[in-house]
Amino acid sequence: MYKLFKKEDFINSLYKIKDYKIFVPAKEGYYHFFSPLEKGISPDFSFFNTRLSPKSIIYPQSERMFEFSLNKEDPDAFILKEAEKEFPLQAIIGIRPCDAHAFQIVKKNFDNPDYKDPWWTKRYENTTFIGLGCNNPRNTCFCTKVGGGPFSEIGLDAIMYDLGENFLIKVLTDKGSLFLKKIEGGKEAEETHIKQAEKIKKEAEAKIKTDIEIEALLKKGILQVFEADIWEEISFPCINCGICTYLCPTCWCFDIQDEVYKDKGDRIRNWDSCMFPIFTLHASGHNPRAEKFRRVRQRFMHKLKYYPEKYHDGVQCSGCGRCIIACPTNMDIREIANKMSKI
Amino acid sequence: MMQHYTEKIKEIAKRLFEEEKIDIFIGYEKGTNPFFPRPTLISKIEDVNKLIWNSNCALNLCNYLTGRKERIGIIANGCTSRSIVTHILENQIKREQLYIVGIPCEGMLDYRKIQAAVDNKEILEIKENEKEFKVIGDGFEEAFNKEDFLQENCLACTHPNPVIYDEIIAEPVSTRAARPEYEDIKEIEEMPIEKRRFHIQKLLERCIRCYACRNVCPLCYCPTCFVDERIPWFGKSIDPTDTLTFHILRAFHCAGRCTDCGACERVCPVGIPIRIFIKKLNKDAFEIFSWEAGLSLEQKPLFAAYKKDDYDDFL
Repeated sequence: MYKLFKKEDFINSLYKIKDYKIFVPAKEGYYHFFSPLEKGISPDFSFFNTRLSPKSIIYPQSERMFEFSLNKEDPDAFILKEAEKEFPLQAIIGIRPCDAHAFQIVKKNFDNPDYKDPWWTKRYENTTFIGLGCNNPRNTCFCTKVGGGPFSEIGLDAIMYDLGENFLIKVLTDKGSLFLKKIEGGKEAEETHIKQAEKIKKEAEAKIKTDIEIEALLKKGILQVFEADIWEEISFPCINCGICTYLCPTCWCFDIQDEVYKDKGDRIRNWDSCMFPIFTLHASGHNPRAEKFRRVRQRFMHKLKYYPEKYHDGVQCSGCGRCIIACPTNMDIREIANKMSKI
Repeated sequence: MMQHYTEKIKEIAKRLFEEEKIDIFIGYEKGTNPFFPRPTLISKIEDVNKLIWNSNCALNLCNYLTGRKERIGIIANGCTSRSIVTHILENQIKREQLYIVGIPCEGMLDYRKIQAAVDNKEILEIKENEKEFKVIGDGFEEAFNKEDFLQENCLACTHPNPVIYDEIIAEPVSTRAARPEYEDIKEIEEMPIEKRRFHIQKLLERCIRCYACRNVCPLCYCPTCFVDERIPWFGKSIDPTDTLTFHILRAFHCAGRCTDCGACERVCPVGIPIRIFIKKLNKDAFEIFSWEAGLSLEQKPLFAAYKKDDYDDFL
């Protein structure tokens, strides 16, 4: 089902929705970020993509999991109690298809038959994903090579097509339909609009020109790539900061810390990064990834070899290109994947 | 001019390998992002042709020297050369190991300003001559004056020419600023304390603690950074107080050592004007002790020197 909205009407009626917490792309300084729609925030849908991925909306960078008391007089002393949290209905408006796809990749880790992360799943289930297709993918985009596309519907509840003055919205799920009922002023789309959208989609797909060799890489043996003598050279420029992992919509690693103030404490889960030496530091003092090349190798092996081997469903990357754009030393996953595939 | 510099660097690197004066050469190569040329380690003479120089070579290559054992050729503009001096004084590398190829520097381009000037369109290539540069993307091309797009630290640069080198690739350039300029810091100093705290916390609001500012900094070579202690003594979350603690403490660690190369600010993924933290300490070092870091190998590090008439009003 397709619906057509004048852009202005669509944006104005977002402000009137009270029963969802709404996230929109908004410009702040030089960059766009997903921000809760509140007074003073103007949605800007003429963006390429947000600087940070929307992963923190479902998976906050720092999350209080439990609280505890260290006061022996307290009947609950030393017992972990789940921290109180709210899980409001929420909607991400204008999420790019690569980022929606990324949530499906991350879902394999947080919501699977063996493990269900209670907080990730509750937030995910309460979120409606209203995508915005990419009319103009960039040179750094390679979604089509990793199972997605500039108008991919993976992980979306509805997808918007930017037709200039209007948004054409294709409703994909009941969740999407329920949310869109709250937007005023829409009308049924006409055949010409749908044709226009199809044309935009085809043109956008054709714009993605990348030579990343995923298929060839998937066929290589894990040890063959792991032991190859390419890693020292590849890793030289890397400064081992957390930009790539923290901007990545599919990196999911975390660290758990207890923070105590006087006799009360919190158990907190923070994002962590395989680029940091402390990530693998053992209590004994031994560090299996003490050298930089081992950490760099881990990041690319995990995304492009271990994940595919474990889940048999493509790579742990949705092709958004954030790591390529923001890396201070130009570590380019496309080039590295190609080096790995040519071993 | 940049083309000329590039050719000159290749020529020198080639000669150094031929004469067996170096084992490796550290410079930049062209990558896939025109704003972030890739630092590269050349170990074979046939690879010297990869080397480039342009107005986006704005990291501080001294960062790649720490603890290396080889004989190293390295390119260094003003700020990088001063960081190398600091590195030598702090025993992180030996002077005898280095063959420093000095580069008189005209300043680096601020890619955020450039992106904004082309309405955030994707820039695929940059061409430059002495005064101008041209950005090229899919279906567009636009030319600008370099002068209008220099990084803030370059506009205030007091030492564009290398202070230490074995060979310099061109005539020294004229110095832009006669003495360091701290107007932006004065403005913050003059704020009432509550407003100042609010202002600084607001600046750091977007920090994701990726530590790119720390890792790109040649001063931050501690084997274990205070934020990476296994038994942490302050929080690792993005709680505003903890984030602030990280930035303030890192700045204090860099007091009297920073050459204002601007790499920390350039690489910040969320655009925090990080320089102001260390710049405040640079200001104090300059105003109180007439000190600028890394100017000479004869000068003891600020905190290793004592003079009877040193400022001590804080005691």
